[in-house]
Amino acid sequence: MSNLSYAAPTSVDEAVKLLAGASGLAKVLSGGTDLLVQMRAGRMQPELIVDTKKIPGLIGIREENGGFVIGAATPGAVVEAHAGLNKAWPGLVEALDLIGSTQVQGRCSLAGNLCNASPAADSVPALYAAGAVAVVVGSAGRREVPVEQIPTGPGRTSLAKDEFILEFKLPPRPARSSDAYLRFIPRTEMDIAVVGCGISVTLDANGVCTAARCSLGAVAPTVLLVQAMADVLIGHTLDADTLAKLDAAAQAAAKPITDKRGTVEYRTKVAGVLARRTAAIAFDRAMGKNTGKAH
Amino acid sequence: MAKQHVTATINGEESEFLCETQQTMLDVLRDVVGLTGSKEGCASGDCGACSILVDGTLVCSCLMLGVEAQGKSITTIEGIAQGDHLHPIQQKFLEHAALQCGFCTPGLIVATKALLDENPNPTETEARYWLAGNLCRCTGYDKVIRAVMDAAAVMRGEAA
Repeated sequence: MSNLSYAAPTSVDEAVKLLAGASGLAKVLSGGTDLLVQMRAGRMQPELIVDTKKIPGLIGIREENGGFVIGAATPGAVVEAHAGLNKAWPGLVEALDLIGSTQVQGRCSLAGNLCNASPAADSVPALYAAGAVAVVVGSAGRREVPVEQIPTGPGRTSLAKDEFILEFKLPPRPARSSDAYLRFIPRTEMDIAVVGCGISVTLDANGVCTAARCSLGAVAPTVLLVQAMADVLIGHTLDADTLAKLDAAAQAAAKPITDKRGTVEYRTKVAGVLARRTAAIAFDRAMGKNTGKAH
Repeated sequence: MAKQHVTATINGEESEFLCETQQTMLDVLRDVVGLTGSKEGCASGDCGACSILVDGTLVCSCLMLGVEAQGKSITTIEGIAQGDHLHPIQQKFLEHAALQCGFCTPGLIVATKALLDENPNPTETEARYWLAGNLCRCTGYDKVIRAVMDAAAVMRGEAA
């Protein structure tokens, strides 16, 4: 007989108290598309599951101070159906959309993908590139944390035992801003990234980049925010010279391992190629040239 | 640990059941409620054989806890036929022989229902991507896709 308990609190305070009061392992449940698999495989044996989906704000999307706020447990299918997010953040939407099947999209969430802390998580490079901020709640109150400070290693996060993510804030979008996410897999659907790349840019009227954030997935123990990639974009158009420098910066930042999905050499090379292709899509979108799907 | 008491609407009927916290919705449907149409293929969300609708959204019932069904409306393969009449999707799967062993069929039919509820006129590419999470080792998918496209046409009133 299992001693697993379940609670579906309807307030943040109640959820935090439950997490803080657990004597053993307590896990936060949003979509469960990773948690249930890990429990089934015996990799994780929590004593308490705290289902956050009944807490107001955990599911839903709203506009606030010129930016979007996405509830932590909002399913992928809900994000993908949101016209405003598709227009302002097509890269983030396409990244989330790449997670699993239609069935998984009915449940999977940004917070789950971030806190599962896989280096190959598809939505996470796009969240880093977007400059998203996680609103974290816990016994000590509420704090706002840049998303790149949440994962600390495979399966590990900087959240305390009694903390969870309430929502994500996306910054306001200046004119001529857009983003893109590409992942490389050896097929077209239902696979885990060999390499992922997220890029968000703002351009001036001449197509010169004035702001950029770039990230790589599956090439290090965590998703990487790569300032060196952003540095080669800022102040330049996306000409051949800039693309070559971006490729080199991505390859230099990649610190992959060899596993069944690819070797160190292969992943490093693909990181450069994906960086060039992702930048091209983001720049085109920012200039209003390409509104189609990248995948 | 006391069992959890859950009330939910299953295939249109008010239902209540008792389950252990760790039982998945699939476990509950098959072992507690007695609806064995939904199948367990992988138990890890990869194969889609356990597909159900929760408040109209397609999910893998193996990736959902039974306790999460509280207050939800659940549709399983047993709720697809209209009384004694097969749903057009079921009829077209039969006509096109879109199955062999049949293990994936309940999930494919529920997933197709979700697709056509949302998009009555999908392209073949859209149908193939939508069903990418439903694995079938018998058909090679071609007959499945033909059945889906034909069922969509029937449901739009464009074919018999």
